[in-house]
Amino acid sequence: MKIHEYQAKELFRKYGVAVPDGGVAFNVDEAKKVAQTLGGYPVVVKAQIHAGGRGKGGGVKLASSLDEALAFAEEILGMNLVTHQTGPEGRIVKKVLIEQGLNIDKELYLSILPDRATRKNIIMVSEAGGMDIEKVADETPEKIIKVYVDPLAGLSAYHLREVAFGLKIPSGAMKPFFKLLQGLYKMFSDYDCSLLEINPLVLTKEDNVIALDAKVDVDGNSLFRHKDIMKYRDVDEEDPLEYEASKYNLNYINLGGKGNIGNMVNGAGLAMATMDIIKKAGAEPANFLDVGGGADAEMVENGFRIILSDKNVKGILINIFGGILRCDILATGVVAAAKKVGLNVPVIVRMEGTNVEEGRRILSESDLELVSAVDLQDAAEKVARIVN
Amino acid sequence: MSIFVNKNTRLLVQGITGKEGQFHTRQCVEYGTNVVAGVTPGKGGQKMDEVPVYNTVKEAVAGADANTSMIFVPPPFAADAIMEAADAGVELIIAITEGIPVMDMLKVTNFLKNYKCRLIGPNCPGIITPGECKIGIMPGPMHKPGGPIGVVSRSGTLTYEVVHQLTMQGIGQTTCIGIGGDPVNGTDFIDCLDAFEKDPETKGVVMVGEIGGSAEEEASEFVKENLSMPVVGFIAGITAPPGRRMGHAGAIVSGGSGTAEGKIEAMERCGIHVCDNLGTLGQLCTKVFT
Repeated sequence: MKIHEYQAKELFRKYGVAVPDGGVAFNVDEAKKVAQTLGGYPVVVKAQIHAGGRGKGGGVKLASSLDEALAFAEEILGMNLVTHQTGPEGRIVKKVLIEQGLNIDKELYLSILPDRATRKNIIMVSEAGGMDIEKVADETPEKIIKVYVDPLAGLSAYHLREVAFGLKIPSGAMKPFFKLLQGLYKMFSDYDCSLLEINPLVLTKEDNVIALDAKVDVDGNSLFRHKDIMKYRDVDEEDPLEYEASKYNLNYINLGGKGNIGNMVNGAGLAMATMDIIKKAGAEPANFLDVGGGADAEMVENGFRIILSDKNVKGILINIFGGILRCDILATGVVAAAKKVGLNVPVIVRMEGTNVEEGRRILSESDLELVSAVDLQDAAEKVARIVN
Repeated sequence: MSIFVNKNTRLLVQGITGKEGQFHTRQCVEYGTNVVAGVTPGKGGQKMDEVPVYNTVKEAVAGADANTSMIFVPPPFAADAIMEAADAGVELIIAITEGIPVMDMLKVTNFLKNYKCRLIGPNCPGIITPGECKIGIMPGPMHKPGGPIGVVSRSGTLTYEVVHQLTMQGIGQTTCIGIGGDPVNGTDFIDCLDAFEKDPETKGVVMVGEIGGSAEEEASEFVKENLSMPVVGFIAGITAPPGRRMGHAGAIVSGGSGTAEGKIEAMERCGIHVCDNLGTLGQLCTKVFT
């Protein structure tokens, strides 16, 4: 679960991690109030969306007066911000963070994330922080320092030293830097972060170390023990169809754009493979939808509704490998759901596994125009016929 | 022959009295698996059908001589259950549970380094040696006993699809293993490939991967260096968009790494017969293996 920069900074404060003074504003009036509480100008106006690259997209502005700050807030609030992470469709900005400007001496990069290959947590830092960190990682990976932390033993003093000397932190800033890194690592562990990233982390001319930015992603599987951050979930940042699907425990991803064949599958791996088959048949998959092992008529019905609300969809492929989920039960569910939803596009059903004969009989005896496919190859050919 | 499990396996089930645990324990017993014990804290002394239930794994190992555990414990308690099994001396742990936090699995996999035990999963369908022993949630009847092909996969139903196509072609299986769709798991592709290579009955392997991480790339190198038998490979997720988790927690393309293209390229470079059309995987296997 991604959270906003201003929310991440609230957590930072709790962990003793220095952040600039500031506050969030949902409209220009609120922006004015926040700006007036800060200790003079410049102030920074930052769009709050769940995507990086905001500065380059025009969503971060430095204002040297109150009037200018309010003009920027007016401009950014409601704008459709397009960055390399939002995709071409962009994201509407609904809130801005107003912050005190700083006397920046140096911009650093810092992130902490779990590493699946080494089974350790990695602290990744670079002296080359700022907007072009992705370019640095690509072209000069030697400028990125990685320090691995054993998740059982935790953060030790030598990790702190390796990171600090690697970043050439001046001696006057050493102590605040250690405190910052300890706070960040504790927060990373406490909140099961799948990513904690600060870019830039700034050294000020006064030898302070301050998190100018904050990007935090919390492992969705861990939310049962982090009820306190559920209040940070922002459904405005989620795809409306995906949000709808999540209410019915459907694992759905809207692929958007050119997709013209919807699909409904049990199991994530088979669902991905089914998308690939649709593409290979000359069509474009419109979605990923894993109904899981315990799909019932209600889930199938909701799946149909969600897929069909995408107007580009010209046909649907249902691909179910019945194991625990028996084919006859699924077929009954498909027939009931199809009648209720009222299908206006062809539906190809490919079923295999437990009780498949009974399942096929139920489909063929229904008065619905369901196209039965005997195997995956047959299903692919039938998909091709819809789009050609 | 087979790898990891066979008719001598003595299975205990952690979470045996829960809805899922009960259902799948019965399916395993019906298939012929030797289920000797169950564990549910607080329900020691009871029975689930004919299976004695214990309070702790230590008691189950001492009382029923169990050497393998299947875990159906819910995500908040699953990491604890895995560590309990390891500490009780269980040699093989199969964690079916989906949704365990990554941080828990990082700790568990580091914890297990101090024990001589193997973890399969989590978030996996389990392992089956057809005709001998089924541990997990896969449908038993579609498998064909007697080998000669081993199957290893990160997925559940996609593995069923592959096994079904093999059986339809008349090709039997030695052992089929789902290693799970999580980013941090116990047994990996290389462990399974190595075991298949050492199994005298296994004459070829089907390896089913998907986007995310670099396990398939590393396994491909291992195949090139160490396997004397042919390997057929398949990768799911060519059409998956970058930055999105495709159902499985581990299935994500990030920063240009973990792509299907990269994995397919690595497989081909290492002499693996890559199947580019799942609909014809069975035919390809017939061509390669017979």
